[in-house]
Amino acid sequence: MSEEILQVHNLRVEYYTSKGTLPAVNNVDFSLRAGERFGLVGESGSGKSTLILAILRLIQLPGRIAAGEILLDGVDLAKLSLDEMRRKRLAEIALIPQGAMDSLNPVVRIRDQFKLIMRAHDDSLSKAAITERIAELLKWVGLDNHVADLYPHELSGGMKQRVCIAMAIALRPKVILADEPTSALDVIVQRRVMETLANVQERLGATVLLVGHDMGLMAQFVDRLGVMYGGKLVEVGPVRELFKDPLHPYTQLLIQSLPSLEIQSEFQGVPGLPFSLTDPPSGCQFHPRCPRKMDHCSVLAPQLQEVRPGHWVSCHLY
Amino acid sequence: MNVGALARRLGLFVVVIWAAASFNFIVPRLAPGRDPIQQRLGQMAAQGGYQQQGIDAMVKAYQARFGLDQPLWKQYLSYLGDIARLDFGTSIALFPTKVSDLIIHALPWTIGLLLMSTLLAFTIGTLLGALMAWPRSPRLFQYLVAPLMTLSAVPYYLLGLILVYVFGVIVKVFPISGGYSTGAVPNLSMAFAWDIVKHSILPALSIVLAGVGFWAMGMRAMMVTVEGEGYMLLADAHGLKPRTIFFQYGMRNAILPQFTALALSLGYIVSGSILVEVIFTYPGIGSVLYRAISGADFFVIYGVVFMIVVAIGLATLLIDLVYPLLDPRITYERT
Amino acid sequence: MASLSAFWRYGRRNPKLLGGLLLILVIVLIGLVGRFFVNLDDARPISAMPEMSPTWEHPFGTDGVGRDLFTVMVAAIPLALEVGLLAGAVGLGIGTILGFIAGYKGGMADNIIRGVVDTLLTVPGLVVLITITASIKSVLSVEVMALVVASLAWMWPTRTIRSQVLTMRERAYVKMAKLNGLSTMEIIWQELLPNLLPYLGASYVGAVSSAILASIGLEALGLGPQNEPTIGMTIYWAIANTSLIRGIWWWWLPPILFVIMLFIGLFMISAGLDEVANPRLRRTV
Ligand SMILES: Nc1ncnc2c1ncn2[C@@H]1O[C@H](COP(=O)(O)OP(=O)(O)OP(=O)(O)O)[C@@H](O)[C@H]1O
Ligand code: SF4
Ligand SMILES: [Mg+2]
Repeated sequence: MSEEILQVHNLRVEYYTSKGTLPAVNNVDFSLRAGERFGLVGESGSGKSTLILAILRLIQLPGRIAAGEILLDGVDLAKLSLDEMRRKRLAEIALIPQGAMDSLNPVVRIRDQFKLIMRAHDDSLSKAAITERIAELLKWVGLDNHVADLYPHELSGGMKQRVCIAMAIALRPKVILADEPTSALDVIVQRRVMETLANVQERLGATVLLVGHDMGLMAQFVDRLGVMYGGKLVEVGPVRELFKDPLHPYTQLLIQSLPSLEIQSEFQGVPGLPFSLTDPPSGCQFHPRCPRKMDHCSVLAPQLQEVRPGHWVSCHLY
Repeated sequence: MNVGALARRLGLFVVVIWAAASFNFIVPRLAPGRDPIQQRLGQMAAQGGYQQQGIDAMVKAYQARFGLDQPLWKQYLSYLGDIARLDFGTSIALFPTKVSDLIIHALPWTIGLLLMSTLLAFTIGTLLGALMAWPRSPRLFQYLVAPLMTLSAVPYYLLGLILVYVFGVIVKVFPISGGYSTGAVPNLSMAFAWDIVKHSILPALSIVLAGVGFWAMGMRAMMVTVEGEGYMLLADAHGLKPRTIFFQYGMRNAILPQFTALALSLGYIVSGSILVEVIFTYPGIGSVLYRAISGADFFVIYGVVFMIVVAIGLATLLIDLVYPLLDPRITYERT
Repeated sequence: MASLSAFWRYGRRNPKLLGGLLLILVIVLIGLVGRFFVNLDDARPISAMPEMSPTWEHPFGTDGVGRDLFTVMVAAIPLALEVGLLAGAVGLGIGTILGFIAGYKGGMADNIIRGVVDTLLTVPGLVVLITITASIKSVLSVEVMALVVASLAWMWPTRTIRSQVLTMRERAYVKMAKLNGLSTMEIIWQELLPNLLPYLGASYVGAVSSAILASIGLEALGLGPQNEPTIGMTIYWAIANTSLIRGIWWWWLPPILFVIMLFIGLFMISAGLDEVANPRLRRTV
């Protein structure tokens, strides 16, 4: 496929807690191609949100990006000054937040929030240009123009999430990061919001990184899928191949536990409990729960490697 | 705000005023032994002196209206009628000055002092509190937390006493008593205005210093809560400038409970300022009240207390009416 | 001994609570132990020369009518604490009952209680107390003073306890208890009260603190018990006799320092208890 727009190399994010250093993202390595839809799954606490925030350089104390490169169109975001990074946000790389229930400023009208974010990146924009742009953006996400004059509490959850999508695409970013954009919505609204997201993605030709729990939704929406476990990326591959022929034992358990791909299906069924990130197991982090574990699994940590064209896995079985 | 809600809020205001008036009527009659007003009047009448005539007239007037020869409900009604006309009777100690005149002369001083110092304390405190909770603030603001917390725990008037000593006795830079220099003739000149400002500095400072801590602590706690909200993160993700996020997202939201707190603490502020006025012999309501207490001048006490309740009632009413304009989610009631 | 060291260990993690308790302890000790070193009669007028600066015999000097000011402080501390503890207890008692009714029953009762509390809170408490005390000045004793102050000390406890009960009512364990067939009273005694204790503690300290503040304020206006040497009365006489500008610092400084110490101590205890009740706060301070 085409060029790689976002490359993440050896990214490590640490939180400093009373129990010690917690590597929420641990040596993660992956790339997104221009225009593709990439999905990221993993159980709660596996570091998906942390990864997304780290790409945007939004990790706050007590956390910090400890190492790694984040190349957006060849520019290493990790090395930019604070103000340079601020200008990249939204203009080139945007976030669609989780839930959206409290993602909009409750005391500012939608129109004025649009104004604020547009002006933050280009203060020469005329009033008329902004008004026109807002109307266009709302239309793209299927909202009526009068929504702009409402306050967030006057919108339903689905409408708020559409507003968030409209905001994310306001400056036509190259990459959109969406962290469980529909998790707080009911099923029907979820579907419509996802359709909206798919629409604008196609129109913009933007790259989307979608984080979620819902495997059915992933199967429908993304081209490639990454699986995270304990802060590490354990498998990456084309979504069909991954569903049909998962390689990592954790992915295999995930897929097996799904009732059917067509219905909404959050995975829950992997036996055992996630480990404590401050005190990870030796060797392969998955070995205490792995049904196919071998003797050296508890000693030697596997590396992510390409075992089939475009299909990467981190497991000693391959 | 819809009409029904507005009417309800206005009704509440009227009820508070009525309750305050009735309270003033009932309390002296509930006092153990004889009605303290009659007692005091009797005492004055017995003392004699050059005011004898006036006091006698006053005793007569009081007894004609509130004496035992009248049924209670009649006394009550005529009392309410007087209050509605802001007629609180005459001062016993400063006969024949009317209580309302005493109040009218003192009121501008108190309102000026309180308005200025409360606004200052609120503004400075709120801003400091927000900066103390802001992760991007210089470390300096962290060091302010402990001293401000301490200040917020100290009653106003004690700070006042210390200020009198430090600035009035040790380094004599500011006048420590009165509203303007003795001998100065009130006029509209700049010199006189400066004289007034100079005299208000120490009393204002004691109210501001103690208030800043209170407002800063409240704002800091609220700002910490707001920083955990999703819109703060998204604002950052949208590449807004830190200034915009601080003022229009952070402070704009965190300040709302401060207004509720302001409405709830006006009574406390006014109470504290009464003692501040006493300490600085500032010519406001507090000093009038203090002198009335020392002289058992009951009509003045009740009149001043009533006016304070009315003033605070009005101020809270105002805050309640303005609040929905600041928070679109609230249509009427404070939460 | 074991519990003392456990307390010490906890105190190091909650320095505010520990510091506050120590401050209050010092004050209480001056009041209690001090009585064995002074003759309480010296707190009366004309027990010494007036306006004497501090000496070994009169460590805080004497006031304008010859009271020994150290003895006055020793005698005044228990009085101040008595007013505070008593008024705080009455206020908290009323507040707890009303808070429970409002928070647990909800509906009409809640509306009325909340409305009354919010309205009364906007009324200037000290000013109302001035009316009362001015009218009954002749019969004011420490106990009456406490009751008068208590009449306005129950609103904040009602408010905080109501909102706590409201959140706790929703929590799972209350629902579980209901399912197990417990009566309302049993739920309150066995499930709600134990969890509320830290809040009740913090509310109590807050109520005590504002009661003392109000009573000292009234006394400083000359509206306290007339025959007792109280802190506020000392401030009243110090102001009335212009001790400030005449440089008689030993007259006004000790009562002020005492009050400041007392309020900072109480404030620290209440902030410390808040942390116990609400561990989330710990990170933010
Ligand atoms: N501010 C923080 N301070 C300390 N630890 C944190 C912080 N934020 C996240 N963590 C820890 O980092 C780890 C990864 O969290 P993260 O939110 O990235 O997981 P996630 O995969 O997004 O989970 P979910 O599916 O529940 O959203 C978790 O163990 C979490 O406890
Ligand atoms: S490396 Fe070993 S333990 Fe880890 S997933 Fe593979 S087989 Fe299981
Ligand atoms: Mg997440």
